[in-house]
Order: sequence, then structure tokens, then C-alpha cells
Amino acid sequence: MATAAKTGNEAMAEAMRQINPDVVAAYPITPATEVVMIFAQFVADGLVDTEYIPVESEHSAMSACVGAATTGARVMTGTSSQGLALMYEILPIASALRLPIIMCEVNRALSAPINIHCDHSDTMAARDFGWLQIFSENAQEAYDNLLQAVRIAEDPRVLLPAMVTTDGFIISHGMEKIEILEDAQVKEYIGEKKAPYSILDVDKPVTIGALDLTDYYFEHKMPVNEAMKASKDIILEVGRDFGKRFGRNYEFFEKYKIDDAEIAIVALGSTCGTAKVAIDQLREQGIKAGMLKIRVFRPFPAEEIAQALSKLKSIAVLDRSDSFNTQGGPVFTEVCSALYNSTSRPKIINYIYGLGGRDINVSQIKGVFSDLLKVEKMPIINYLGVRQ
Amino acid sequence: MNKLMGWKELPPCDQLGAKTAEAFETGDWRLGEKPVWHPEICIQCLICWISCPDSAVNVKDSKMTGFDYKHCKGCGICAYECPVKPNKAITMEKESSFVRLRRTSEDK
Repeated sequence: MATAAKTGNEAMAEAMRQINPDVVAAYPITPATEVVMIFAQFVADGLVDTEYIPVESEHSAMSACVGAATTGARVMTGTSSQGLALMYEILPIASALRLPIIMCEVNRALSAPINIHCDHSDTMAARDFGWLQIFSENAQEAYDNLLQAVRIAEDPRVLLPAMVTTDGFIISHGMEKIEILEDAQVKEYIGEKKAPYSILDVDKPVTIGALDLTDYYFEHKMPVNEAMKASKDIILEVGRDFGKRFGRNYEFFEKYKIDDAEIAIVALGSTCGTAKVAIDQLREQGIKAGMLKIRVFRPFPAEEIAQALSKLKSIAVLDRSDSFNTQGGPVFTEVCSALYNSTSRPKIINYIYGLGGRDINVSQIKGVFSDLLKVEKMPIINYLGVRQ
Repeated sequence: MNKLMGWKELPPCDQLGAKTAEAFETGDWRLGEKPVWHPEICIQCLICWISCPDSAVNVKDSKMTGFDYKHCKGCGICAYECPVKPNKAITMEKESSFVRLRRTSEDK
């Protein structure tokens, strides 16, 4: 293991080099450009065996990934925001055909207004396409999550595509000290991909993606959900195995000082790092604050989240995107839904924050905790850090 | 009617066997013109067979034997690619000139 200074994009590109995928098809888009740009340099320098397909759009990138993955190849791509939006048409094809494509997704606001900075609106809009979604708090997690995503997605019990996300600029361009595994360790850890079929196998010809009408479409969608359900065990298995091998353990979520907490926030991505500082400061003042940092958003670990939140008095869910449904952000509605059938339902409110990269700082998060102390007086949906 | 399979019975990963279009007759989409083979001048190069996007050129023992009109869409690639000169061994002819034939013996 080596210590290195890497940005989130560099960390993801480094993980891609070590994964050495058979095919990468990608189109550049800020702030994810560097991931595939650095990787393209690895290809040009002969450091990987990858067939790199430069395409004319993200729609073509994901289409090429789907085609390549049906041959049984290990396939990766990277994108962000409008680029991910241009892939939307192809994303559910990848999951329904059970192609474990791995995507480095750098969270960025969706236009309009055009904006290159972080929020989660792009990834959240892709949450119902049958892709596994793993959020990272920092560059180290982005690196670790990407390696684990290969194992999870390619597991024969799962076979679903996966996106590992970082937060645009905050993680993608922020340099941090991270631990990089040895190439041989990664190679051994991810193993050889074993695909259930290959369209290039002339001895066993198959038809992929045939037409289904009212008679079979429903039956062909059921296995996607079954695979999502099955992936929960695999995610835990892979995360714990990663911890055992390399010392950093991963679960569905990280419980930060939550076991004895009375008030807590639920958040995902880079904001969790800021929240930890706020929580530490509040703890020094004797306030029992905590956090549930969601790492795996798809599948949504509803039962486990309900369990982890059951003993709290009040909770604030922080959403870095709005659903425009007048009922709060996507994380809020999912957490509420998880708690509804739970016997213990703490008071829960929502904060939509950080759209278009608007900064969130320690004092704002401490403000959320002080709101939680007078939660009865708070509206359910709140907007944090926006001018009126 | 065949009993429909449940999702647990389906092959994994939305796979089906090969040649699933064989039983699905798509030749009735054909519009305008259809290819007609002239065996007396055909040189058996099989360029039509390799060019056909619908596998609608029938071949037996490495010899072209005619068209599968149940799957031919009338795109005309076979006639375009046919290298026989001066008259091509495949010509595109108007569907309307086969109306009487179609009602009797064609496509059998």
C-alpha cells in the first residue's frame, strides 16, 4: 500500500488503471472529464490493455458500453450532469440486460441555469433505472468504492450496473492524502470477470434485448428488482471483506456518533465530512448530536436505516437536490418511507441545500442541529443557504 | 395457446435462443418492390446472402436457392450488390405485378 496525494478524479482514474477494464467508452464533461482523460493517457502510454472508444456523445458512450458488455467484457465509463442525462435512455437497458457496467459519476447540477458545480440532481434523477448507486464522502472512499463496485456488480447473484459517485469539484478536484493499493492486490481482489454469456460465442448464439409486449415485459423486469434485493448481502459481504483485507470497512451507511445521539442528520457525499466537524463541536458542548451517512442509495437499505434511526428524538435529512414535488428531496421521501412502517418514528424534517454547488459550512450544519432541538416549531421542508 | 412462463422460469439476463425471428413472419412489412432471382444467370457468388440484413436469402448446400419472402423486407441490397453483368441475377420488381400470384401459389 502506498500513500499518495490525489484528487477524487485522479483517485478514480487510478482505480480504473488498476482494474484494467477491457473496454472504456466515454465522452468528456466537467467535472468528470479528468477521470477519463487521465485514463486515456494510461491507454496511450500502454499501462492498460483497454480498448478505449472515443464517442460523439454520452448517449453513444453508454450504448457502446452496453454493446461491449454483452460480449462479456469488463466495461467502465465516467460522466456527470448533462452527460448522465444523455445516458438516461440507455441506463435501464444496461440493468435489464444485467450488464455490470461500472460508472464513475461526478455529481453536478442539471441545467438550467447551466452550472458546473456539485449537487445531486443528476444522480438522483437516475435512481430508478436499476443501477446500484454508491456515494463517496472523499477521494479515498471514491477509490475504495470503485474497486468494491466491480466485485458487487459482477457477482453472479447481482449482475447489475453500478455508479460510484463523487461530489463535483469538492471531491473531484480537491486533493487529499489517500492510500492506494498495490496493482497486484487490486488484480487479485477483483478477480477475473465471469460473464453468463457472450454474444461473440458462435457456438452458443443468443438473442439479447428482444421485443416483449404485454405478455413478457413484466416478467423480464422482475429479476432486476430481485437482483437489487440480492445485492444487499453482497454489498455487505464485499464491504466487510474489503475491511478485512485492507483495513477500511464499508457498510450500507456510516453511523457517526449516532448510537447515543438524541438528534441526528442524514446526509450523503462530501457534506458528511463537514457535518462530522459540526457534530464534534456540538458534542464538546454536551449536545448529543450524530449522523447517518448514507453510502448505498440503491438499493435503498430501508429496514437498516429505520433501525439505525429508531431511537432518535428528531432527525433532519439533508438533500442536495430538490424533487420539485413540494414534498421534500429524494433522500427525505425515501427515509420517511423507510420509517413509516417502523414502530418508532422520530420527528423528521428536511433541508434542501447546496444546489449548484452553493457551499455548506459547519455553522449552517450546527444551525440545523439547533433547529432539531426545537423541532416542533420547524416547518417540514426547509431550504438552507438560499437568499429570499 | 402455450402456457406463459413466470419470471422465475425465464432464462437469466433477458437471453433468448438464437434465430427467434424465424417464427415471426415479418415479410408482410415489405412495401413496393420484392427481389426476383434469375437462376439461369446466377453465378452462385452468395454476395446476396452475405449482404441480406434479414437472412432472407435461402441457401442449401452452399447454393442460393431463392428468397424467404416471409422475412424479406424488400430493401433491395441483394439486387444492388449482385455483380452479374450485363443483366443482374436479382432484380427488384413491383409487388403489384405479383398480385395474382400471391393469391395463388406465391410464398408457399
